[in-house]
Amino acid sequence: MNIWRSFIEALESLISNKLRSSLTILGIVIGVGAVIAMLAIGQGAEESITGSIQGIGTNLMFVFSGGSEEVNNPKPLTLGDAEAIADPFQAPSVIGVAPTLQGNAEVSFSGESTVTSVIGVTPDFSPVRNFNVSEGEFINEVHMLGQAAVVLLGTEVAEDLFGRKAGLTGETVRIEGQPFRVIGILEEKGGSSFGSQDDQVLIPMTTAQARLIRRSTRDSVDVIFIQAITAEAVPQATEEIAQILRARHRTAIAEDDFTIFNQQDFLETAAAITGVLTIFLGGIAGISLLVGGIGIMNIMLVSVIERTREIGLRKALGARKKDILVQFLTESSLLSLSGGLIGILLGWIISLIVGSIAAANDADITPLIGMDAVLLATLFSTAVGLFFGLYPANRAANLEPVEALRYE
Amino acid sequence: MSEFVVEARDLRKVYIMGDVEVHALRGLSITVDPGEVVSIMGPSGSGKSTLMNMIGCLDRPTSGDYWLDGERVENLNDDQLASIRNRKVGFVFQTFNLLPRATALANVELPLRYAEKVKDRRKRAKEALEAVGLGDRIKHRPNELSGGQQQRVALARALVTNPAIVMADEPTGNLDSKSGDEIMELLLRMNADNGTTLIIVTHDPEIAAFTQRIIHIRDGVVEHETKGAKQ
Repeated sequence: MNIWRSFIEALESLISNKLRSSLTILGIVIGVGAVIAMLAIGQGAEESITGSIQGIGTNLMFVFSGGSEEVNNPKPLTLGDAEAIADPFQAPSVIGVAPTLQGNAEVSFSGESTVTSVIGVTPDFSPVRNFNVSEGEFINEVHMLGQAAVVLLGTEVAEDLFGRKAGLTGETVRIEGQPFRVIGILEEKGGSSFGSQDDQVLIPMTTAQARLIRRSTRDSVDVIFIQAITAEAVPQATEEIAQILRARHRTAIAEDDFTIFNQQDFLETAAAITGVLTIFLGGIAGISLLVGGIGIMNIMLVSVIERTREIGLRKALGARKKDILVQFLTESSLLSLSGGLIGILLGWIISLIVGSIAAANDADITPLIGMDAVLLATLFSTAVGLFFGLYPANRAANLEPVEALRYE
Repeated sequence: MSEFVVEARDLRKVYIMGDVEVHALRGLSITVDPGEVVSIMGPSGSGKSTLMNMIGCLDRPTSGDYWLDGERVENLNDDQLASIRNRKVGFVFQTFNLLPRATALANVELPLRYAEKVKDRRKRAKEALEAVGLGDRIKHRPNELSGGQQQRVALARALVTNPAIVMADEPTGNLDSKSGDEIMELLLRMNADNGTTLIIVTHDPEIAAFTQRIIHIRDGVVEHETKGAKQ
């Protein structure tokens, strides 16, 4: 009896009992559907989180003042520190440095006002933090030298003050009562793990120092954003920056008065969290697959009992143990395989629905169905059918022909 | 090697049911010549069915020797027995035992599927169905056929492998007398045309009367033999 023949026969037998076959595979359909959907959503969430972290600026590191709790009187970071880090001889792994001064201030325009964060930046802020303007121009060296009273608005601030996000270049807003000319609007970034990046305004660093944000040390800065040449160079760059700052701040050994944070840390944390989440969801889905397999075993056992006479007849006509075994195994694996294929379809539909619900709620999750997940589901469901079909098939194969023929 | 197609010597079969031993066969010996038509009669509990299972290689005796068409069978394993049944024995059952979902053709083809390297399965199955007069019913399923037609399909299935013997267990038991007579006629014609050895197990003296030799079984041994009407 060849495989093709037993495949056709198994198919006929399953089709002749449509309702039962479809109820039997329901467990597998739901199991595989759940696995596919969960993996797709998990992967989509990971992509989304990774994407939003990368959106902050590639290969980014942050340096701010203050180290572990034991370190007393940390020295503030200064523009001098930033310049030293920007020196390619001292820190060859660094490609961009953007010191910032940050504070909160009231921004107003003809009666409308909002309190938002005002950041004093250098022209390098744009490439380092991956901030671009949707209209107008970014802060440049001329603005810096002239301590110009110019400002770039985030879209949320623009919305609050003007009720629109475009066509605002050339308007004048007041920050803490001082007039600033709007030279551009920042591209919309959306929310991130650091709060909205659209609810802020940027002004030249020099202007901030001179007119808005006073610090005890004249040239101190709050956060220095640093871009490494590549993602792989981040650890190297971290080391170089630490060396420079230790030397400049004359810190004792193991008492750094600054902290260097990099994006890689965030990415790794996020990947670990979503990885655990995916395993967790996949595990739950796997349990339903197991339950589906037991359902198949149950039905196959019933089917063996029902068809005892048929098995007896086949044996009387010359079927060997192997023939009966193959017949029942083909049936059970065909059952679970078709359940698996329908389940893949179901999982795809579920992840489409979840994707559109997420999109409707402004959460940027696009579920991704990997080829590996599909392949895994197909193989796994067939294996489930084979495994759970083995016991019933073996029982059928070991029936005594005399007993089986006499069975009523 | 023997000149008999069926030769059984001192067959014993003991079933153990709980702690009771049931002696179904108690040293039974029979022989059947090739081409012979034999019937086996006996009251229920006489060991008639057990004997039929032994002759049809569905079961093994507890002790004794058995040759079927020159092959010793009593020590073969399950798969070897399956192969012997496939090649040498055709079964006709009281309840037909057709696969309900399969067509007449597929039912007749079934034993050939379990045989090794058979060519023209479909053609042979079709010829067997034509031989029993069902050439126009090959695509019908059992529930679309009358009892007599179903038993004819079963007959075609028994004959399609050209077996050494055909075992018929109450072949007319579930049929009205007209269909029953037709089946008997067909069986005897097969015997006359092909020389197939025929062994019929029955309660019915009228059926037994069609055969050459009637073996009466009682309490697991051959009680006596009588001649039937067919010579």
